Amino acid sequence: MTQSTRGGARPGAGRKPSPDPTTTIRVPISQKAAILDFVQQRQAGFRIPSGMEIFAFAEHPPRQKFPLMGHSVRAGFPSPADDYVEKRIDLNEELIQHREATFFLRVKGQSMVDAGIDDGDELIVDRAIKPEHGRIVIAAVDGELTVKRFFQRAGVVKLIAENPKYPDIEFKDGQEMLIWGVVTRIIKSV
Amino acid sequence: MTNVKQNTSFALVDGNNFYVSCERVFNPGLEGKPVVVLSNNDGCAVARSAEVKALGVKMATPWFQMKALARQHGIIALSSNYTLYADMSNRMMSLLRQFSPRQEIYSIDECFLGLDGFKQDLTTYGQEIRQQVRQWIGIPVCVGIAPSKTLAKLANHVAKKQPAWNGVCDLGSLRESELNELLGGIEAGEVWGVGRRLREQLAAMNIHTVLALKEADTALIRRRFSVVLERTVLELRGISCMGLEEIAPNKQQIVCSRSFGQAVLHLVELREAVSSYATRAAEKLRRQSSVAGAIHVFIATSPFREKDPQYSQGITIPLPEASDDTLKLICAAQWGLKQIYRPGYRYAKAGVMLMELGPAGRRQHMLFSDEGAENRSARLMQVLDGINRKMGKDTLFMASSGIEKGWRMKQGNKSPCYTTSWGELAQVCC
Repeated sequence: MTQSTRGGARPGAGRKPSPDPTTTIRVPISQKAAILDFVQQRQAGFRIPSGMEIFAFAEHPPRQKFPLMGHSVRAGFPSPADDYVEKRIDLNEELIQHREATFFLRVKGQSMVDAGIDDGDELIVDRAIKPEHGRIVIAAVDGELTVKRFFQRAGVVKLIAENPKYPDIEFKDGQEMLIWGVVTRIIKSV
Repeated sequence: MTNVKQNTSFALVDGNNFYVSCERVFNPGLEGKPVVVLSNNDGCAVARSAEVKALGVKMATPWFQMKALARQHGIIALSSNYTLYADMSNRMMSLLRQFSPRQEIYSIDECFLGLDGFKQDLTTYGQEIRQQVRQWIGIPVCVGIAPSKTLAKLANHVAKKQPAWNGVCDLGSLRESELNELLGGIEAGEVWGVGRRLREQLAAMNIHTVLALKEADTALIRRRFSVVLERTVLELRGISCMGLEEIAPNKQQIVCSRSFGQAVLHLVELREAVSSYATRAAEKLRRQSSVAGAIHVFIATSPFREKDPQYSQGITIPLPEASDDTLKLICAAQWGLKQIYRPGYRYAKAGVMLMELGPAGRRQHMLFSDEGAENRSARLMQVLDGINRKMGKDTLFMASSGIEKGWRMKQGNKSPCYTTSWGELAQVCC
């Protein structure tokens, strides 16, 4: 088949391309005058007033926390409470002092009922706190974690049960006891 | 090249037998006993306690090969609990960050700290780090300190292997002659970046110890091997050539692959597996705000079942338009799977890899792409991720991933997620 020589684009036909390519912009009629005015000012040599700078927006701006306002801004009476709005209480912040070192454990057994620790309660345990005489601690005894009151006086180290039906655990010289962490709170369901 | 005294100083902090140590925190009964943690699907040893190492069990030994030894010595084998290890790692890294303004997290259980300009005795500081991680998190760590990252890695190795150092080895505190004596006693293969092949090639050049490598001719090393190894030699001389990478770069590829709990024969099950791996990979992709330009699918039989006929095949499917849409990625993966699937084999493994990753905001669109459809897809993925984040993993999933998932991994002896699931808290006897 032979190539047709009719039709198609003719080289050099049509409007001559402008050396500076153009485009159309749609603007609201109401703003037309203002925009033209701005463009003219600019062409006349618009300068940023001294003391002002232009900032580019960061691509990933850092997050910033602001207090929550109870009301949207509007004319009229501002809410009298807006100045007093604060962040709601967060239990993690209130109850956990050392985030990395805090663990939750669940209680199984009755040996600490007189200290208010019942079967099924959850404990907040902070490993960063130094175990001191009188504190309730988690200890590793015979390969198991146990919760008891820590006694350390006059060279005697023992773990005291807070239930007369359970014996204390005494440690003799050379016997190893590992204190796992210190109990800071007891969580109960009511 | 002269030995320049620099002021750089790095610490490498590394958890000892990290996975085993994580398990021991909540199960003190494992203390002092031989323990291994097995890989996904209970295949090979991925972590060994010191007791298991002493029995001569090597890393990545398949479980079935050590069963006899395990019975004899009472080795306790645990399935891997990556949820627990990840949380313990995050706690450890967050605590370590408080010891230096500059930190590079190198892997789940090790990180570099920049100690430039620290005036105090660094061995004492290393001991403080060690003590605090042990007390706060419960994980034993070793600390290697040196003027370069490569030497810090080596120092960590020394701290681990030679008990006299008491877990902290500061090579910067040694005199040149002492350092050389130490390096002369360590095999070149222990150096960071020197693998088995490189070790053999170096041995052929009569370079057997770290000291020999340190004193090798740098020009020769560059000519015979690479600039990378030359840099290693310089680093061994205490000249720091590698800075800290404090911001983890986005992944260049995202792989999701697992072996099956039992051999899979049929296409239907393979399709479910490929579909759920693609789902998981797409979630990771969106988390780092990337799109993928291509997806690779592969399937394989088990090389351990030597009597079975063996087959393994993979295929890369370029996408017409880079995407982060789970549905589109699954669609492409399924098409690829159909091309490579051959009946009559017992498949043991399948996987999906997302490639040619780019930032989601700068993707190239097709000439005829439908922008409305694209926005709908983005919104759908947002809702999907949002619900799964709020209500738990896999609350919403693609039906093509299957519901029963008979092919899923075996995890016979996995510990509870003590720190991430309220229902699985560790029990304390009372």
